[in-house]
Amino acid sequence: MSDQADIIEEIMGRYPGKPEYLIFLLQDVQADCGYISPEAMNLISEHACVPITQAYSVATFYQSFRLEPKGEHEVRVCLGTACHLKGGQRIVEELERKLNISAGDTTEDMMFTLNSVNCVGACALSPVILVDGKYETNITANKIEKILKQINNEHAGYSEGGTNV
Amino acid sequence: MFNGNVALKTEVNRLNSHTDLNDFRQQILDSYDPDRPEILVCHGTGCIANGSVELTQALKKACQTMGVDAKIMPGIKSTGCQGLCSKGPLVHIKPHGLFYQRVKAKNAEEIIQKTIIENKPVKHLLYKDPQTGELFHKEEDIPFYKKQKRYVLKNIGKIDPTRIEDKIAVGGYQALAKALTTMTPEQVVEQITKSGLRGRGGAGFPTGRKWQGALKAIEKKGRPVYVVVNGDEGDPGAFMDCAIMEGDPHAVLEGLILGAYALGAEMGYLYIRAEYPIAIKHLQIAMEQAKAYGLLGENILGSDFCFNAQINRGAGAFVCGESTALFTSIEGKAGNPRPKYVRSVEEGLWGRPTVLNNVETWANVPMIVENGADWYANIGVPKSTGTKVFCLVGKVNNVGLVEVPMGTPLAEIVENIGGGLPGGAPFKAVQTGGPSGGCIPYHLKDLPVDFDSLTKAGAMMGSGAMIVMDDRDCVVDVARYFLRFLEEESCGKCLPCRLGLSRMREILDNFSHGCGEEKDIDDLMGLAQAIQDGALCALGSSAPNPCLTTIKFFKDEYIAHVRDQKCPAGVCKDLITYSIDPEACTGCMSCSRQCPQGCISGEKKKPHAIDESACIRCGICMETCKFKAVIVR
Repeated sequence: MSDQADIIEEIMGRYPGKPEYLIFLLQDVQADCGYISPEAMNLISEHACVPITQAYSVATFYQSFRLEPKGEHEVRVCLGTACHLKGGQRIVEELERKLNISAGDTTEDMMFTLNSVNCVGACALSPVILVDGKYETNITANKIEKILKQINNEHAGYSEGGTNV
Repeated sequence: MFNGNVALKTEVNRLNSHTDLNDFRQQILDSYDPDRPEILVCHGTGCIANGSVELTQALKKACQTMGVDAKIMPGIKSTGCQGLCSKGPLVHIKPHGLFYQRVKAKNAEEIIQKTIIENKPVKHLLYKDPQTGELFHKEEDIPFYKKQKRYVLKNIGKIDPTRIEDKIAVGGYQALAKALTTMTPEQVVEQITKSGLRGRGGAGFPTGRKWQGALKAIEKKGRPVYVVVNGDEGDPGAFMDCAIMEGDPHAVLEGLILGAYALGAEMGYLYIRAEYPIAIKHLQIAMEQAKAYGLLGENILGSDFCFNAQINRGAGAFVCGESTALFTSIEGKAGNPRPKYVRSVEEGLWGRPTVLNNVETWANVPMIVENGADWYANIGVPKSTGTKVFCLVGKVNNVGLVEVPMGTPLAEIVENIGGGLPGGAPFKAVQTGGPSGGCIPYHLKDLPVDFDSLTKAGAMMGSGAMIVMDDRDCVVDVARYFLRFLEEESCGKCLPCRLGLSRMREILDNFSHGCGEEKDIDDLMGLAQAIQDGALCALGSSAPNPCLTTIKFFKDEYIAHVRDQKCPAGVCKDLITYSIDPEACTGCMSCSRQCPQGCISGEKKKPHAIDESACIRCGICMETCKFKAVIVR
């Protein structure tokens, strides 16, 4: 925990303590810590001189902020128009079946988080998913299986009692 | 554009006058060796996703290991989006002028050997016309490029966006120098007004009039005034602003600085969508470099004019593309819009007069100042001047970034530049303007694409997404898709948008489940009218457009859903069934292995069958089948 406190301390040093820097602070903390914990929220709201309720209002208004830790691997499915027309929704459903979670959730073993995103601008290669920020293009059910298998293989022994993919 | 590894200036000297800028430009041009080859590798989002970063590394490695003579050692550059995204990664080689497509890292040695060392083209990497089979050596001969008029995109794909020297060499900051030395701020505003430039963000408000409005507000309220770049490009299927910011960030920055000079602003903001990390990085670099050369910051080009700017990253709210919501977001709050009884030019950021323009609009400003309003007004059509950049995506052969003069017929863009649809069928509809726009059917294919013609047809220019749909795309599903998108993105402040959109989506859900009634279509239109009239901001008031235009042009398809419980395009899951054509099925078993329900049965080498009662209509069997034996009805 103290590690995180140090990181947050360092981030707060980057911005003056004014409400207009609230979003910058939240973004930087999330980038370094993966999510915004209640402790982080307290420190940020104090530093930015805004009530804690307002900090939560902002953090929950914008889609990019997470208040829960995310899994080790994040799979984001693009649902831009081009991807939608080429079956993006089917890809979400296939991943939901494979990971046994709903979009927006994390597997119990904290291995995978599944999210959708409104267009990543790679429309020529639709449907597209991002696995830990890496583009996987012209996605099919077959490719999903391969990608998940590969991640699983990287975590040796993970399949015992882990997410069944 | 210029050989990457020529060291120009080790220490940066501030440019203190127009002459300094010109001298520096000449120095860069003189250092350029026209005989030395250059390999320009596209680093647009699509090409990066297809492996252009690995390709660049492979090219650099090949140059080192293959003993290329120092005289012909190529400069290897990463550029912004070169446009033809569906054929990426793209590579452009100078001085040969060769254009290679679908280049992979494994082709690197072949390119160095054949093209750089032996001076010959690598034939299998050239662009081949899908219909005639003709091979094209040069970019400018390929129909996709030949039929475009590239002004905003002129330098994108030709320069390294992270080097200000490249930009200065092609005439960057000349417009700024011209304005600072020969024009008054009023004259800049006058030129923009006379040019007829209209906002590229969607609504098409005349930019000059916006600037004049801000000047009037300043008369009343005094300064400070702010200039802001709207880079919160949230329309799904649109990436032109992203490409401009990534590929030519100095064009946006120079436009913004010119705007600041015209209005007397000392501070500007660039609000950029956080999903565009490369755009943010390139603009950050551009700002640092411009500052170091004295083109941004204190006493710009040695004049009294001082202007600073900062980047704000968006945080994933589509509504923040709306002006007043964007301002509240910059102020660090939740991005709720406000009613616009008082326009944002009078009361914008921090309650001060503010001019907010879209990325593409700002990028148009320098060329207007440099070449004059009359030159600009001659491009396009009288009430929509200039060009427009579009993202041509969906069911079209040449997916990519295109720029055409305003007023170009829709068919010219889709069929000639876009190369038509895969398989050669005519398009069913083209969706323009994203979630706020509409669907234009095939029979209006000659519609000139300009602000007023599109609005008249019930669609909208929007930011420039152009999504081509074929007969496998269901209009009810598309309308539902956009409504669901906007329902999720609605900030919830006003009732018509918060509840109205949900209700519209519910009705469309019913249609797609086959439980609607014909009178629901009229209810839908009534509700749409109420939302258009009552919503607080443009997100809500334009939200019914996709639904209304599809009802207007494709009513039959709506009726098929509610009366016959059929989805003619074969998309709406509850109204379709999958089956296997026993004639076409070879019994390869690949579908039965992939089926998540295990509901496909059949022996090897014998026709298979789908158990309809267990089928969840996921479509995986159809996707897997190589023999087109799976049929959807």
